[in-house]
Amino acid sequence: MKNDLRPARLSPRDILRVGAVGLRARRARVVLSALGIAIGIATMVAVVGLSESSRADLMARLDRLGTNLLTAEAGQDATGQRIRLPENAVAMVERIGPVRHATATADIDARIRRSDVVPEERTAGVTAQAARIDLLSTLGGRVAKGSWLNPAGERLPVTVLGSVAAERLGITRTGETIMMNDTRVVVVGILQPLELVPTLDRVAMVGFPAAERHFGFDGHPTTVFERSTDASVEDVRAVLARTISPGSEGGIRVSRPSDALAAKAATDEGLTSLMLGLGAVALLVGGVGVANTMVISVLERRQEIGLRRSLGATRGAVRLQFLTESLLLSALGGATGALLGAAATYGFARVQGWTAVVPPWSLAGGLAATLLIGVVAGLYPAIRASRLHPTVALNAT
Amino acid sequence: MTPAPVIELRNATKSYPGGVHALRGVNLTVQEGELLAVVGPSGSGKSTMLNIMGTLDKPTKGTVEVAGYDVSGLSDSRLSALRARHIGFVFQHFHLAAGRDAVDNVADGLLYAGVPLKERRRRAREALAGVRLDHRRSHTPNELSGGEKQRVAIARALVGSPRLLLADEPTGALDTASGELVMELLHELNASGTTVCVITHDNEIADSLPRRVRFRDGEIVSDTRSGVPLGPRTEGAGS
Ligand SMILES: Nc1ncnc2c1ncn2[C@@H]1O[C@H](COP(=O)(O)OP(=O)(O)O)[C@@H](O)[C@H]1O
Ligand SMILES: [Mg+2]
Repeated sequence: MKNDLRPARLSPRDILRVGAVGLRARRARVVLSALGIAIGIATMVAVVGLSESSRADLMARLDRLGTNLLTAEAGQDATGQRIRLPENAVAMVERIGPVRHATATADIDARIRRSDVVPEERTAGVTAQAARIDLLSTLGGRVAKGSWLNPAGERLPVTVLGSVAAERLGITRTGETIMMNDTRVVVVGILQPLELVPTLDRVAMVGFPAAERHFGFDGHPTTVFERSTDASVEDVRAVLARTISPGSEGGIRVSRPSDALAAKAATDEGLTSLMLGLGAVALLVGGVGVANTMVISVLERRQEIGLRRSLGATRGAVRLQFLTESLLLSALGGATGALLGAAATYGFARVQGWTAVVPPWSLAGGLAATLLIGVVAGLYPAIRASRLHPTVALNAT
Repeated sequence: MTPAPVIELRNATKSYPGGVHALRGVNLTVQEGELLAVVGPSGSGKSTMLNIMGTLDKPTKGTVEVAGYDVSGLSDSRLSALRARHIGFVFQHFHLAAGRDAVDNVADGLLYAGVPLKERRRRAREALAGVRLDHRRSHTPNELSGGEKQRVAIARALVGSPRLLLADEPTGALDTASGELVMELLHELNASGTTVCVITHDNEIADSLPRRVRFRDGEIVSDTRSGVPLGPRTEGAGS
């Protein structure tokens, strides 16, 4: 008796074609069940992309702003008395070895109004401070309009507004005036937001000499800012308070403004994990949807399965057909999701002014997850399809 | 020279749980090039036998040889290869793929024989010409009449040039004129050398074929050839 039969292997192209037959015939269902996977993958790719983009942006900002800035702010001493920093605090700080540069601001007692027709009590949530003219360069700040205080300006009744202060006062151009106590002061500049010291955004700044002349300022700074070499930030931090105010160093608050920015990245991480978890749940639900679609597909297509068996399809060929169908279905969802996720990342990053970062590993991970889901969701229906008895399948209704 | 048998059933029995005996010890030999009708009342076991001949089903007892292969000794994949290469099926209800045109439906008849797509399509167009459906090549099943659908199904069965064509009531769902055309095609196919086995309810059709196997209750009750009655196991002069 002859025994030379060998089933032909389908070419990869034919495997894909046959696997796509069932998808082409039921487009609406395909779109709906791929949607679940698409949402899951889109969420995960977008979450990873946004968190990476925001982190990259933060790193770039920290890089630009530097992490070597320390501030020392006068607080209260043990008896609750407000500490006065010495007039020469900046010079003292500059004598600390690794310190390259120091500057200061000081609170001044001046109420700010938009104009003299606004009653005294209606201040605009803007405070006044005296600032040394090297403040802006020390903080890495930038001017949005006009100019910063210069050696001539620091003696005149002129002011530079923080970004929030300008907004609250409704000032959009330089040359306008505001009232500080009863002195009319000309706005010569408006700053961009100061990323390292956002509290200064709400401040109207005048020069030290001008503050002394017009607002009775006594010359004692309230906050000292210093930059040292990167390696010695901790050393400087250890001695800063004592240097400025020997004896009452407990009332000096020393902080490193860049820490606040870095901490923001850490809090974002919790949110990122949460969103990733949600994406994973969506993906799982999507996988269940695909499995459900495949089970129904096999049930509905028993006659087709019987026919294919009569045409010479092996059990393996039937199994492969439905597995391929499931893989194509979830890959369709995965690819759509990856595109949507990447597009969302680019769109959101653009709005935020970030450079969009879509890490390749997130796309590769999405693809791997998609294929895994396709196999897991398709395996059981595919095995059931392959085990159908040919005549039973053909006679199914 | 006696031609080699294409089908040899020996004591083929098919029982289902619950005491249903669809086939009871059927002996049947079909020679290369025969054209035979299988007739009998509904439920008498005709389809069961055809499926066993086509290796879609296995007997619970007895031996089956198809195209020189002992079916009981073959694995699923070898049986599939046997069907892909040597056997064509035509069913009462066509089993065409909705939404795919006639060429694609017919080309699927070669898919599992490992023929490349272009060649499948080329031969599908030839086969469609053979069943006189050139003009319906790019029509989908819902754009075809019942008779045309069955001709597409016949083209799909014969596109791989099988040695054996098994048809289970191919005219059962068709009007008389379409049925006649289908039978004409089966005659032509037989004339070109293919062994054809047709189940039919229609006595007129049965009487027009050279050999008739009559079934009742899972058994062959008569086997006649060209009008000459024959015993179930005797071999006649052939066609
Ligand atoms: N899967 C099955 N399970 C149980 N009984 C079956 C099955 N398939 C067929 N039968 C029984 O086998 C007998 C023969 O059926 P069949 O070969 O389809 O008859 P025919 O084609 O002559 O009308 C019938 O009594 C039918 O009910
Ligand atoms: Mg039947």
